[in-house]
Parts: sequence; structure tokens; C-alpha cells
Amino acid sequence: MDPFRSHRGKLALLDRANVDTDQIIPKQFLKSIARTGFGPQLFYDWRYLPDGAPDPAFALNAPRFLGASILSVRNNFGCGSSREHAVWAILQDGYRAVIAPWQDRGGTRVPGFADIFKNNASKNALLTIELSEAEVDEIFQLVDRFPGLDATVDLDHQRVTLHLPEEVSFHFEIDPGVKERLIHGLDDIGLTLKHEPAITAFESRHNTQLPGGRSG
Amino acid sequence: MPKTLFDKLWDSHVVVALADGTTILYIDRHLVHEVTSPQAFEGLRLSKRTVRRPELTFATMDHNVPTDDRLVIRDPISKAQIDALSANCREFGIRLYDLSSEEQGIVHIIGPELGLTLPGTTIVCGDSHTSTHGAFGTLAFGIGTSEVEHVLASQCLPQQRPKTFKVEFTGRPKPPVSAKDLILKFIGTIGTAGGTGYVLEYTGEAIRSLSMEGRMTVCNMSIEAGARAGMVAPDDTTFQYIAAKPRPFAPKGKAFDAAVARWKTLPSDAGATFDRALTINAADVAPQITWGTNPGMVTDVTGRVPQPDAVPGYSRKDVEQALTYMGLAPGTPMTQIKLDTVFIGSCTNARIEDLRIAAGVLKGRKVATKTLVVPGSQQVRAQAEAEGLDRVFKDAGADWRQSGCSMCLGMNPDQLKPGERCASTSNRNFEGRQGKGGRTHLVSPEMAAAAAVVGHFVDVRNWPAPGGR
Repeated sequence: MDPFRSHRGKLALLDRANVDTDQIIPKQFLKSIARTGFGPQLFYDWRYLPDGAPDPAFALNAPRFLGASILSVRNNFGCGSSREHAVWAILQDGYRAVIAPWQDRGGTRVPGFADIFKNNASKNALLTIELSEAEVDEIFQLVDRFPGLDATVDLDHQRVTLHLPEEVSFHFEIDPGVKERLIHGLDDIGLTLKHEPAITAFESRHNTQLPGGRSG
Repeated sequence: MPKTLFDKLWDSHVVVALADGTTILYIDRHLVHEVTSPQAFEGLRLSKRTVRRPELTFATMDHNVPTDDRLVIRDPISKAQIDALSANCREFGIRLYDLSSEEQGIVHIIGPELGLTLPGTTIVCGDSHTSTHGAFGTLAFGIGTSEVEHVLASQCLPQQRPKTFKVEFTGRPKPPVSAKDLILKFIGTIGTAGGTGYVLEYTGEAIRSLSMEGRMTVCNMSIEAGARAGMVAPDDTTFQYIAAKPRPFAPKGKAFDAAVARWKTLPSDAGATFDRALTINAADVAPQITWGTNPGMVTDVTGRVPQPDAVPGYSRKDVEQALTYMGLAPGTPMTQIKLDTVFIGSCTNARIEDLRIAAGVLKGRKVATKTLVVPGSQQVRAQAEAEGLDRVFKDAGADWRQSGCSMCLGMNPDQLKPGERCASTSNRNFEGRQGKGGRTHLVSPEMAAAAAVVGHFVDVRNWPAPGGR
């Protein structure tokens, strides 16, 4: 995995809540056995007209978002299917980070990203950043006021900075283990396999309940 | 300290707890299907790794499978994906239930049938509905393709410990209110992100009174509430299900008795605490129907399509977008919604009990809509045919198919056409899920079968009128 420390790029806005992975990449593209080629299929059903031309009604087709690499969305992004193709499509269409708001619902914190999507993103160096609803609202307002606005997502310092004449910054939290792996581009599987003696020891004491004497 | 069922499962599978809070968790069973695995096997080849425990890895093909003539796969891309799974299983020594197998079926239906799904174990699969297996007191959750590769290579997964959420259904559902209605009611109550970050434990009299099939329906849709896993503590219903049939991978004889003794220690201890709890009175739950484009957009059969500004948890814009897609006018009674297609199937509702219920409604009647009945596995299909259910479906004018994911997700020839409206026993009513432009209403098998007869939704609690049934 490529390391992720910091990235500067243009912000794009998708003003929609509960975007599921069926929308991010529709089912017909999951038949591929390759790991590449998903970029043009991102948001396929929203993005294109029946004749294959870009649908001008779809937000991300707006000229002002052309070449954007940081996507700001609404809550519960990436819900539904576990398809990692959703993360591949976002990356392969040129995005390096997605920003979504967590919500306070009756004192309970509801995360901005669905669990499996967030996990998949972390395995592919797509940075998922959770900010408060007020902060994400502010990003939406500022991008509308200053088309073409650039931001820097700085994983080292856990900070999103909007490059306005007077810079606006937001702090974000991230799991320390995930941060470490992203910053150093570590091979997740290699890290686990370093614990080979512990895995073998576990298997020798753990009953995997397979019949026919095949227990571990 | 008293422990929850989840705590016991988690604690007994910790290989290493790292200083940064990551736990390396051991995986007892890894289920594999054709869609989310090819890139994982390719990753193994590129990094010159192998499958650590091929005998704990089990594969089948379900998503791409045609349900009419299953041996002729006309779509060359689907065929390539199915062939890739066969080749990968051969290369890495993994047991495969392919299209010629009498035990093939939807991965979450065959796991329990084969005795792979057992209490006290951990199960993962590259599919979000892996939560289904939690019905056995199993910690089971869906993973992405990178994680599939991770488990193939190491039989482990690095995980952050989730929080716990007790979902108690008091009272008993009044038949024909079913497991599907209970879980839809719950999702409607907390929303599709309400369970994110939690493992759910379903408890209470209503859950205890459910069959294993019903519990699987409930756990299956945990992910639609945002929770990666949902569980039910094992009890006599669980043990009887495991022992009821020859299940090749379940313990037998003395080993079974010893296992049951172990399994009986799994339920949450008295006084165990959960991070969150919610209680729903099952006796008050009505048959549910979704009206929108996610499973949380749901109402009672006696309800109406909502006004855009009157749905808690959704903005006016969310609701307007959903109703535009669904082609529904606010205020329309749910029972006036006319249907083009009925789909009875999927990992949510294609087990034998679901088919018996649907057949009970369809017996001696004719369907008014195109109706597809797709058994969840070839074993379910064989059993249904032994019971004569296939005749009931065919006599009613429904299409009786081979097993597979079918119209749940439209990766195979079974799809809705743009604008077509479907009553579906599946799990997702997302835009385009059953085919581009298709409109999905999620319901129970009983509601779906009754809708097939009448051509629109009906309240199965008072249908047909007395004397008519």
C-alpha cells in the first residue's frame, strides 16, 4: 500500500445522505476479476444519461468540481454491501480522501461512514475523515462561496485545512493503528504474519470444533 | 465480571492484543463466493503467499448464478468470474460447492445447512449479510476483499473491539407478523446508521420463540441497521436445529454432547452490561413495508406513504429523492400500491420455513403478478419438492427456480426493468438494487405471497376476509 501523509487537492461536494455502495458502484461492474478499471464506473447510475453522456444534473459532473480529489459527503456514506470495489472506484476516479459528518442522535454518536466501507478504505489508503455536522456544513458553504476551493488533508497532524485567504482548519480523530499503517504504507497482512508464533500457539489450544479429528 | 455473549466470543478468539488497541482475532470459518474473492486470490499469488488453513475455508457460487438453466451461463463475464472461483479453489486446495453440487446455494444458507455455522465460533465472508450466522451465537461479520486475502493468508483479522447493543423484543409477535417484520421495525426505529460500530444481541421472549430460520432472518438484516454483526444466544432451539439433520461439519455423538455443554455457557451472564439497549414490544409490531430507498424507510401496512417533512431521521430532501425514485405520492395508503413483480427468495427469506409460509398463502390461488420463487439452496429446493411446495407454486402460476441470489441484487439474469415495482422478501431496497430503475418494497414472505395474489399490498392479518381462506 502507498503511504499517505498529506494530500492537497480540490474539494467536491455530494449533498446526499446514506449513499450506499450499490450507488457508488452498481452490481454489473462487480463481475470483473481485476482490481483496476473501476474509475469511470463510479456513481454510474447517477453519473451518466442512458446514451452514456455525463448527466448534467449530477452534482459531481459540474465543471467546478473537475479534477477534484477530496470528496465531501453527508452522513452514513458507504452503507450496504461490503464490496471493496466501491473504494477502488473512488480512488481510481481520482479521489484520495472522503469527508463525512458524524451525527449526534439523542446523545448517541452515529459515525459518518459505514463500518465495512471505512475498513475497506483504510486497506487502500483512501482516507476517511469524520468531522462534526457543523464543520461539514461549513465546508459545503465555503466550497459553494469559493468555487474551486483547495484543501489539504494532513494525516500526520490530523487536520483538514481549507486554503482561503484566511485559512480554516478542522481537527479530526483517527484510530492510531490505522494512522500508523497509512503513514508508513505498511502491509497489513505482513504485520499479522509477524505474529506467526502466536497464531500457531493459539491454534494449538483453540478448539475449532471441526469433526473428524481436524480440530486445530 | 459478568460477560455478554459477544464478550465471550471475542475474548476466546484473541490471538494478540496490540498496544495500539488493535486485536488480532482468530477466524474459525471463512466462507468464500465468486464476487469478492478473485482479487484476493490474485493478491496471494502476487505476494507469493498461500492459504493458511484451506480446511477452514469453504466456497460456493451464488451471486452470478442463473436460476433457470444454471449450467448455461450466457453472460461471458459472469461465467469468467465463476470459472475463476473454480480455478482458485483448485489451486489453493479449497472445498467448493459448485453448480453441480447438491449442497450448492446462497453462502449464508448453506453454512448452517452444512453444520459450518456453530455456536461459539467466528465466521467471516466477503459479504455483508454474513451477520446471518449470528443466529447460532456465532460472531459473524462481512469483510472486504483485502480482508478476504488477509484471512486466507493468516486465518486472522486485525480488528477494533466494537461496542455492544442489546435489542430486546418483549412479548410475542402476533402471527402472521414474522421475524422479517420485527427486524424491519427495529431498522425503522434506529435508522440505517443507528447500529454502526456495534454488535447487536437480540434477546427477549419474541426472539426465544422464533425458529432458527426466523432468527437467521433477524440477524441477516443487522447490517441494514449499520451493525456488522447481530447475534442470538444459543438455546435448545439452536441445538435441535444442529442435531435435526445430518450436517457434515457439525459434531456428532459424544462430541455433540460435549459441544452442547460448552455452548450452554455462551449466553450473556446475568448482570452483564451493554453499551446501548433498546426494547421493542413485539406484540405491537404490524406487518412492515418499505416505501423508500433504504431499509429504514419503512412503515406499517396500515400506514401511508409519508409526507416529505414528516419522517424522523431524514431530511425533506432525502424523502423527496426517495419518493421520486419510487414513483410514490405522499399520503397514498400502502395497501393501494400496485405491483408488477413479486420476488420470494434471498439469504433473508429463502429457507424452507419461508417457502412453506408462501406456499400456505398461494395454495389453491393464482398469482396476479409475475412471481419468482427462488429457494436459497439446492437442499431447500429438494426439501420443498419433497413436500410438494413446488407444485403449489407452479399451480398458482409462479416461477419455481434453482437456487441462487437471483433478484436480490441483479448480478444474474433475474432483474427488474426500469420503473417495475416489486414486493421482495430480500434485504435492500436501494436504488437500482434489483435492476436499474427498479422499485423495491421489502416485506415478509407472507406479505409478498398475498400481494402476488391480489396485485397490490394487503394486510395479511385480515386477508382474506373470514371464510375466504
